[in-house]
Amino acid sequence: MSNTTTDRAEDQDLGAAGSQLSTAPKEELSNLPAMGVVGWVRWFWRQLTSMRVALLLLLLLALGAIPGSLIPQTGSDETKVAEFREQHEVLAPVYDKLGLFHVYSSVWFSAIYILLFVSLIGCIVPRTWQFVGQLRGRPPGAPKRLTRLPAYTTWRTEAEPEQVREAALALLKKNRFRAHLAGDAVAAEKGYLREVGNLLFHIALIVMLIAFAWGQLFKSEGNKLLVEGHGFSNTLISYDDFKSGNLFSTDDLTPFSFTLGDFTGTYETSGPNKGTPRTYQTTLTYAEGAYGKDRKTTVKVNHPLEIGDSKVYLTAHGYAPVVTVRDGKGKVVFRDAVPLLPLDSNVTSSGVIKVLDGYKNAEGVTEQLGLKAFFLPTYTAGSEIASTFPALINPVLNLEPYHGDLGVNSGIPQSVYQLDKKHMKGFKDTKGKQMRDNLRPGQTMKLPDGAGSITYEGTKEWANFQITQQPASGWALAGSLAAILGLAASLFIQRRRVWVRAVKGADGVTVVEMAGLGRSESAKVPEELGDLAGILYEQAAPSAPDPEPTTDPAVPAEGAEK
Amino acid sequence: MTLAAATNESLASLSNTLIYSAMAVYTLAFFAYIAEWLFGSRSKVGRTAAALTATKKAGAPAVTVQKAGGTTVLERPKVVVRAASGTRDVPDGPGAHGGDEQGDLYGRIAVSLTVLAFLIEFGGVLARALSVQRAPWGNMYEFNITFSTVAVGVYLTLLALKKNVRWLGLFLITTVLLDLGLAVTVLYTDSDQLVPALHSYWLYIHVSTAIFCGAVFYVGALSSLLYLFKDSYENKLAGGGTPGRFANSVLDRLPASSSLDKFSYRVNAAVFPLWTFTIIAGAIWAGDAWGRYWGWDPKETWSFITWVAYACYLHARATAGWKGRKAAWLALVAFGCWLFNYYGVNIFVSGKHSYADVGLGALQSVGF
Ligand code: HEM
Repeated sequence: MSNTTTDRAEDQDLGAAGSQLSTAPKEELSNLPAMGVVGWVRWFWRQLTSMRVALLLLLLLALGAIPGSLIPQTGSDETKVAEFREQHEVLAPVYDKLGLFHVYSSVWFSAIYILLFVSLIGCIVPRTWQFVGQLRGRPPGAPKRLTRLPAYTTWRTEAEPEQVREAALALLKKNRFRAHLAGDAVAAEKGYLREVGNLLFHIALIVMLIAFAWGQLFKSEGNKLLVEGHGFSNTLISYDDFKSGNLFSTDDLTPFSFTLGDFTGTYETSGPNKGTPRTYQTTLTYAEGAYGKDRKTTVKVNHPLEIGDSKVYLTAHGYAPVVTVRDGKGKVVFRDAVPLLPLDSNVTSSGVIKVLDGYKNAEGVTEQLGLKAFFLPTYTAGSEIASTFPALINPVLNLEPYHGDLGVNSGIPQSVYQLDKKHMKGFKDTKGKQMRDNLRPGQTMKLPDGAGSITYEGTKEWANFQITQQPASGWALAGSLAAILGLAASLFIQRRRVWVRAVKGADGVTVVEMAGLGRSESAKVPEELGDLAGILYEQAAPSAPDPEPTTDPAVPAEGAEK
Repeated sequence: MTLAAATNESLASLSNTLIYSAMAVYTLAFFAYIAEWLFGSRSKVGRTAAALTATKKAGAPAVTVQKAGGTTVLERPKVVVRAASGTRDVPDGPGAHGGDEQGDLYGRIAVSLTVLAFLIEFGGVLARALSVQRAPWGNMYEFNITFSTVAVGVYLTLLALKKNVRWLGLFLITTVLLDLGLAVTVLYTDSDQLVPALHSYWLYIHVSTAIFCGAVFYVGALSSLLYLFKDSYENKLAGGGTPGRFANSVLDRLPASSSLDKFSYRVNAAVFPLWTFTIIAGAIWAGDAWGRYWGWDPKETWSFITWVAYACYLHARATAGWKGRKAAWLALVAFGCWLFNYYGVNIFVSGKHSYADVGLGALQSVGF
């Protein structure tokens, strides 16, 4: 028999001992499938669930995610997409065809991850069965020549082989190996948790994907601006704007309601951080369900109110001056807090106060009023056009009154923050110029020719709330925690085998051989083997000095270093 | 009020002084590492060549390396370690000093200087943080100085743990100097151009782990890069070729390609769960701050791409036909994604991570 054939036989022997150290699928060279549909299907399935295809699909997933980060996406920024369409008349239709404006919900991106997850399931199921089989079975027996294993040690002793094997079995069991006696050797294995972790991780990925998809399909998101003292109840009509996932139905809205107590903002008063919010919070009274008890809570940035699957976020804040409008006879035709939109971080604000009905001009003719409003919470002389601090320190309300037809009945939707001046005429001052006045709280502006008056009574604050509902986010979180746990087990735990063989040599002395094998080469395997050997060696003292193994003076390879 | 501003200003300028001092000391360390390599080149090692030509002659002798089992007084049986079949048996190089005594001395000086520079730079980062009264991760300048501090910290920790990593020194310090150079010139941002702190501890968790992961990934990527060089060197030798003098001198002193490969695998694998956690922490924070935990914002997307790229790398190592060089390329690509996520996305792409919501001064751009 030639040398090479023995070598090959021994390698195969080691193969049996080293097999099943993981449940990773074997990489077979893909033979052309046998004829017939079943053959092709089986071939396709085997390809799909191979590690190589899993790797390629993973690579594709990474590549496929790139365009969505570079091209504007409708999901995150519609206006950017519109801009892009204007600037690239040729490219835009092509992009549209390829779904590049919504990559993460495009057909091809979905195809990649669905294939990947089919592959993943096709991988997990057989691996789980295989692993269960490994747990039920026993670690494979010792290969013929233990010297061929990555870590090896031997010594001679006068103790009987049975005695040594028994001691080895006890020792390995004590060290929480699964060990059993197979022929003239003890076979033991440890680190099954690695496999558990790996399977857990891959299963957790599926849980996360399903939770994410569920959340996307059933989510809803809307905004509501509330002035202090006003309330909201969670029904579709109460929202200022509302978006939802494809499978969402309005019945899914969690029933609850809340009332805005007040908004509190305090700001850094000096230093480079001047004007930065220090506290920024609202107090709410809320009730769960239709008849829930009233409860009080505070909502801050980063601290939403959670009710069921819904979360109520504080997303913006501003001022709402309280204005009273009287007609020429002194009758109050309007009294309300009107929210204005902030323009900068010092909450310089603007908006429009619209008096829709009830107003009659000096001649007794019914008209509508529109007041362009500009508001500075902190007015500083010399800086008339912008507030100098976000808090209400020295508020000034600037009003520009118009009268006529606001055009709100024309059928065209109109922003409450903009004034359509097409059918409006400005009130003129004594010099014939557009009337415009700065008011402080309590001050009144008289409209010319007995047309009435406008009083700035005081200021309330408003807060904008975003109400989102994303079901299954608890599952997504649980899945991701399980994934981390599984990963850690999979990457930090070594699965390894140890064999201890004790036989009587030709001279009647017992020869003990120990060998270790890990799934991947690791410094821990020889280290652990050394420790185990040390203990066993003490229990079975040597009779004759070992023949020294050959030594290479080289610097130890990294695997051997401590 | 003015007093506080004055202390902030003096802390900020102290921070700048410390960063410049750290750069000066890193430069000295750089020269000491150069000296180590230069003196090391005096000794002719040729160990790799010897091992590989021996392999060719004698068929397949295993490099048997001795390992005494533990430190007990009792004599113990010795464990023989053998490379797995199919891998090349090459001993590790002796390190930059090549066994030369003077080289070794310079190497030790270089490490000491690196420790000193690290401490100074750490002080600089700390002073910066105190001057702005928040975590020093508000802009790219601060991010760069923190990042290089952590990268050097990782290297020194590995050294302190007696890992065989001194060979990394020159490569690491060179890039640290480049990183700091970039920071103090192009990216410099005055201490008072502030981005307000975000009121969430998730910021601290998310950003600090992100920086740490980046630093560790960087060490892994360096090792993968050197692996590619060393592996072609060994391939050339094994194929009977004669590598150039430079390769002979420099690459021979590096650890064996299999050791480099193993080192980068361990480093990348060890930090991968933490990177996974970083992304999840970011998602939780986004859920609290923006009302959705995942929105395919460019920053989120690139974190995901980086994550998938590292998962590819880990899979490649477990897949026949992808081990070795292809896997190393994947590790480099994955780190490239990480870098792009920082520089590329911050500079070229705008997203939720880089603009302020009007009316909510609190949500402003942060590094992450
Ligand atoms: C969503 C996509 C996937 C991700 C993110 C992922 C990630 C990972 C990670 C991080 C590891 C640990 C690597 C290591 O132990 O060194 C791993 C291992 C593994 N994965 Fe995946 N995986 C994915 C899909 C798949 C699929 C589709 C398959 C099946 C074909 C698969 C089969 C395996 C196997 C068999 C291992 C264990 C390898 C070993 O024992 O070393 N994975 N995966």
